Amino acid sequence: MGIDLPLVWAVIILFGVMMYVVMDGFDLGIGLLYPFFADRTDRDVMMNTVAPVWDGNETWLVLGGAGLLAAFPLAYAVVLSAFYLPLILMLLGLIFRGVAFEFRFKADDAHRHLWDKAFIGGSLAATFFQGVTLGGYIQGIEVVDRAYAGGAFDWLAPFPLFVGAGLVVTYTLLGSTWLIVKTQGALQARMIAIARPLTWLLLAVIVAISVWTPLAREDIAQRWFTWPNLLWFAPVPILIVLTAWQLLQRLRRAPDVAPFVLTLFLVFLGYTGLGISLWPNIVPPGITIWEAAAPPQSMGFTLVGALLIIPLILMYTAWGYYVFRGKVDETQGYH
Amino acid sequence: MWDIDALLLARIQFGFTISFHIVFPAITIGLASYLVVLEGQWLRTGQEVFRDLYHFWSKIFAVNFGMGVVSGVVMAYQFGTNWSYFSDFAGGVTGPLLAYEVLTAFFLEAGFLGVMLFGWKRVGPGLHFLSTVMVAAGTLLSATWILASNSWMQTPAGYEIVAGRVVPTDWIAVILNPSFPYRLVHMGIAAFLATALIVGASGAWHLLRGRDTPAIRKMLSMAMWMLLFVAPLQAVVGDFHGLNTLDHQPAKIAAMEGHWENVPGEGVPLTLFGWPDMEREETHFAVRVPRLASLILTHSWDGQFPGLKEFPREDRPNSTIVFWSFRIMVGLGFLMIALGVWALWARWRGELFRSRALLRFTLWMGPTGLVAMLAGWFTTEVGRQPWLVYNVMRTADGVSSHGAGQLATTLALFVLVYFVVFGAGTVYLLRLIGHGPVTHEGTEPVPGGPGRPRTPARPLSAAPDAADDTATART
Repeated sequence: MGIDLPLVWAVIILFGVMMYVVMDGFDLGIGLLYPFFADRTDRDVMMNTVAPVWDGNETWLVLGGAGLLAAFPLAYAVVLSAFYLPLILMLLGLIFRGVAFEFRFKADDAHRHLWDKAFIGGSLAATFFQGVTLGGYIQGIEVVDRAYAGGAFDWLAPFPLFVGAGLVVTYTLLGSTWLIVKTQGALQARMIAIARPLTWLLLAVIVAISVWTPLAREDIAQRWFTWPNLLWFAPVPILIVLTAWQLLQRLRRAPDVAPFVLTLFLVFLGYTGLGISLWPNIVPPGITIWEAAAPPQSMGFTLVGALLIIPLILMYTAWGYYVFRGKVDETQGYH
Repeated sequence: MWDIDALLLARIQFGFTISFHIVFPAITIGLASYLVVLEGQWLRTGQEVFRDLYHFWSKIFAVNFGMGVVSGVVMAYQFGTNWSYFSDFAGGVTGPLLAYEVLTAFFLEAGFLGVMLFGWKRVGPGLHFLSTVMVAAGTLLSATWILASNSWMQTPAGYEIVAGRVVPTDWIAVILNPSFPYRLVHMGIAAFLATALIVGASGAWHLLRGRDTPAIRKMLSMAMWMLLFVAPLQAVVGDFHGLNTLDHQPAKIAAMEGHWENVPGEGVPLTLFGWPDMEREETHFAVRVPRLASLILTHSWDGQFPGLKEFPREDRPNSTIVFWSFRIMVGLGFLMIALGVWALWARWRGELFRSRALLRFTLWMGPTGLVAMLAGWFTTEVGRQPWLVYNVMRTADGVSSHGAGQLATTLALFVLVYFVVFGAGTVYLLRLIGHGPVTHEGTEPVPGGPGRPRTPARPLSAAPDAADDTATART
């Protein structure tokens, strides 16, 4: 044997969830930006920048759920019942948003605004409740006898709600920097203008969560602020400051791909900080990846497929993005 | 009959969300394969009619696919939110199967869908055809994995229970469990039939309105060939599936037949109609054909099979429901066979595209493939009760411990949202079908070019929107 299957699977799931945040983040952000761009042409262009790829992006969320069920069924069962209401609200948001991609163009002029609103509301609900779930997850889940033992509304607390709002800021910044890559002219200029205050806002969110988390959870404070951990983990906050500074600099000049890449890196760093805080728990604060693991026969069987197929998925996903490379504007149809 | 408790609400919620969901993948499976045939024929023969049909049905495919995705994401999470004890107990088997579905099928469909719908002018014909094939392969793979998981819950194999949890011991046995091959073929054919009926009804609708074009004739004709060959095949497969169910789930068969007890030494009659009464253990108003059930299920004149009374009361599935859902499925199946034969006869007499009676019948048969499929799923899933994993875990033991209030709230939300969203989707689908195929669509100038009405790239479907469809669809 020798392979620590739960460890390998934890890495795969961390990777899957990160892929989800990185990829669906920017297309959810487009829905969050919609209220600021009321013109139909702008909205068409914005949506068309992600039309061929959003579905693949969202699939990483399904992989996160399925991977969790396959490798850590206990965590899947406990976490999903703990966040029953926010997750269902997130799913309902994803329903409205997902069909809006299709229905917006099928509706007549009198009804199109309804699907625009569904796209906005759906993106907002999906993002906010993902953040609420994340915040509640960091806050910790009460477990007795392999089952969720908390109340239906434990997530309705200041910290999860703040993280929900923080994720809205994050995805909006991802969306605006993505659109800087994919658009030109007046629309691009407005995206650049909107990205700068958003960067400052995101920094404020990161600082607030970094202060709030160790104050609320002593074990997380212990993890970060003891020697030599402090030394090992110091690059994370330092890189966050450097990246944010670079991002603000780049947004001054005529930017193209750089702000998007820097924002992705910023999100990656925040995600790393979170991983450091929670490791090796899969149901914070008490259940580790080894305690929640599926039988080795299950993890091994799925691992073979995951290791063979995920590289293939990454390859053809990259090809899909390559096929649809370049700027999108209203005179250009994919057909 | 039942108390409204959390378990019942969770079951209703699952039944409601999955019944909506299952319709979309079924159409997706059928249409994706149809699109492969259409594009393949176009590449092979160069006939415009195939490309026109490809463009037409790919728009309908896209709307339908979108609804399948969003309703499917709900299913992937519902096992954890509503059935957490089941997920913890059986996740060792169902989790890997679901993960393989995502890895091999969902990503494949999503990854190539963009190119299939928008890439017509961005990649060469070979790569485009490959994308269509990959999407179709994804739909079939998806069905394979999810049916392996569902079949395992019906006829579990290849596992043992260690410390109160399912541990897989033989993956081949888990996947190729006893009912899997029958269920996969039966469901795959059901998806093809349901799609053929929709395609046929669309053609019939246009012909009835006097829109007689080569593309519309072609789609009606193709659909009728499909029915002629596949509807009878489905009856044969269904018979094999029934025999398999008798071997592994005799209580389900007894409930489907409203069969309470055997008379010693006598063959079992087939109850054509009646009202099985679970309380009084008898079937009221029964219309019976002597010995026919023995003939069908044991293939012998006086063979017997267990009646419901041979099972403890608490282990019996609800016969009132499955008796009728089964008859709806079989009855519609016979009508499909009849339609295929009628169409052949009309074709032979040269009036396939003119017989208004046949066209009207084809039109009305349009939704029956989906109805029959849902009835079939009700039969097999309600027939599995009271078990969640047959003879291993009861449904009552798998449900999450949420309060009834919480479940009632979310159920109400799902009902409201599904009717609004999928109701609107159905309207848009019917509207698209109503526009009909457009001739030489792919050879038009790029939409939105100079001097043309602004036509944005349409997400996923690239379908005409209200502003320009009058300009293009009616030409």
